[in-house]
Amino acid sequence: MNIVEKILARGSGKSSVAPDDVVFADVDKVMMHDVSGPGVLKVFDKLRKQGIPVDKLWDPTKVWVAEDHFVPSADKMSAENIVKLSNFTKQYGIEKHFKYGMGQYGICHTISHEEAMVMPGDVYVGGDSHTNTTGALGAFACGLGHTDIAYVLLNGNIWFKVPETYYFKLNGKLPDHVMAKDVILKIIGDIGNDGGAYRTMQFGGSGIDEMSVESRLTLCNMTTEAGAKNGIVEPDQKVVDYLSKRGATNFNLVTGDSDAEYSKIFEYESSEMEPMISKPFSPDNTCVVGEAPSVELDKSYIGSCTGAKYEDLEAAAKILKGRKVKIRTEVLPAAISIYQRAMENGLLKIFLDAGVTVGPPTCGACCGAHMGVLAKDEICISTTNRNFPGRMGHVESQTYLSSPMVAAASAVTGKITDPRDLL
Amino acid sequence: MKGNIIKYPRDNIDTDVIIPGQYLKVHDYAELATHAMEGLDPDFHSKVKEGDFILSGKNFGCGSSREHAPIALSHCGVKAILALSFARIFYRNSVDGAFLLPIEIDQDAYDGISEGDEIDIDVSKNEIKNITKNQTYKMKPFSEIIGKIIAAGGLFKYKPDQD
Repeated sequence: MNIVEKILARGSGKSSVAPDDVVFADVDKVMMHDVSGPGVLKVFDKLRKQGIPVDKLWDPTKVWVAEDHFVPSADKMSAENIVKLSNFTKQYGIEKHFKYGMGQYGICHTISHEEAMVMPGDVYVGGDSHTNTTGALGAFACGLGHTDIAYVLLNGNIWFKVPETYYFKLNGKLPDHVMAKDVILKIIGDIGNDGGAYRTMQFGGSGIDEMSVESRLTLCNMTTEAGAKNGIVEPDQKVVDYLSKRGATNFNLVTGDSDAEYSKIFEYESSEMEPMISKPFSPDNTCVVGEAPSVELDKSYIGSCTGAKYEDLEAAAKILKGRKVKIRTEVLPAAISIYQRAMENGLLKIFLDAGVTVGPPTCGACCGAHMGVLAKDEICISTTNRNFPGRMGHVESQTYLSSPMVAAASAVTGKITDPRDLL
Repeated sequence: MKGNIIKYPRDNIDTDVIIPGQYLKVHDYAELATHAMEGLDPDFHSKVKEGDFILSGKNFGCGSSREHAPIALSHCGVKAILALSFARIFYRNSVDGAFLLPIEIDQDAYDGISEGDEIDIDVSKNEIKNITKNQTYKMKPFSEIIGKIIAAGGLFKYKPDQD
């Protein structure tokens, strides 16, 4: 069995599973946020009316909650949702609730790794599509909707069809001007928005061994944009070190068997990788930066679970150091712990000196929610994950997706720019 | 199950156009319904009728996990989506929450069915009849688990132990 099959077999109490088997797997961790949490509450209301008991959760210690989409509260309705979420965690005895304005908080997927909420080998589900992110720690990490999360909260398990696995092998270390974001954009461009649909996308090879845990998180994060059920990397010493630094102990490092089966293997050479973008209006509409259309940008956005981890900010700062931005540029570190390190290590000064507005952790404009949304006809380059019509604001705005380096270089020139021009 | 078709002949209808991100804070189902498909077709809410079906291309419902998407469509009266393929979370949400039926169709049905056609879906025969054009197409059968959850009326009514 491969790693995902082993995790799902263990979770469902079977000695082995194979693709297309339907299993009910026990869940080790479940996450919800200020959008999916109130959504789950609505499901609970519906169940109560149907006479299904909702007075107690299967195990509140396995549940954690993030405030990220509409925080700091964008308006009265989002403020009410935060109150609902607090009442919910209090009522059900959920202690791991990362509240904004009270120390560590951030985008749910970022908290999953920054706070070691998820461990290698876990079956982890979250009420958000980018739950796939955390597969980089060696967990089966999968996004679900409100009804399914409600089911997990009450029953502790959920059904899965065991996915077939596409294996993406990356050979060699990436060049300095190429980031994991470029690799995943290249892959999505090759296989399409539904190229990984219902499947696992597993990453391996010497290029992945060389990569930091944060880079692997970027790869797994955007498997969602290829329609994948989950993304995953087999855990290694880097993952152990990363999580140990964040207080984790007792590792169960599940890896695939030597005869593990993959339905398809894709091979990429790091040396051939180049900075990439996705043009409007689809993540799979990719090209190399050198072939980008010559558009006048209005804004550069360095934020989200995809593109505002510490190393993302570090990469952007490398470009912005000693330069001034030519277009409106926003940096929103994805968690307070990242914000703090960025302050301690001088990154915030570099951003502020360059003219950048530094904002608080939030999903914010990535999903068109608030705090920096786009006007009609505005064009943005962004380190986020999707660029469907209206994703970041007005339905007639445009978003180009890129790595933090490309977004920073483009902020300096006002045009889509290869970071090599400024490195 | 009979209804009329609203056709969006394109692939990758994503959740950002089905229900734009600014409405994620809304959890009132009736209010969500008024914004359904707003990112693609601002006239949708005024033209959709109780019992209508949407027909579209590949990868319908891709993007976010927001259950707001099938909720908004079902609370406008949409009973089924006919598409060449579906994104996985939209598909699961539609079935597990018992909001609407996601029906996978083939190219013949996609090409043959037009906006406004009256359709009769017979899940027991995996058949779609186009009453307007007097044509019949095959639908892809539901997998076993999906068929059972639909028959039960959603995930909470499905009893896996009784299998």
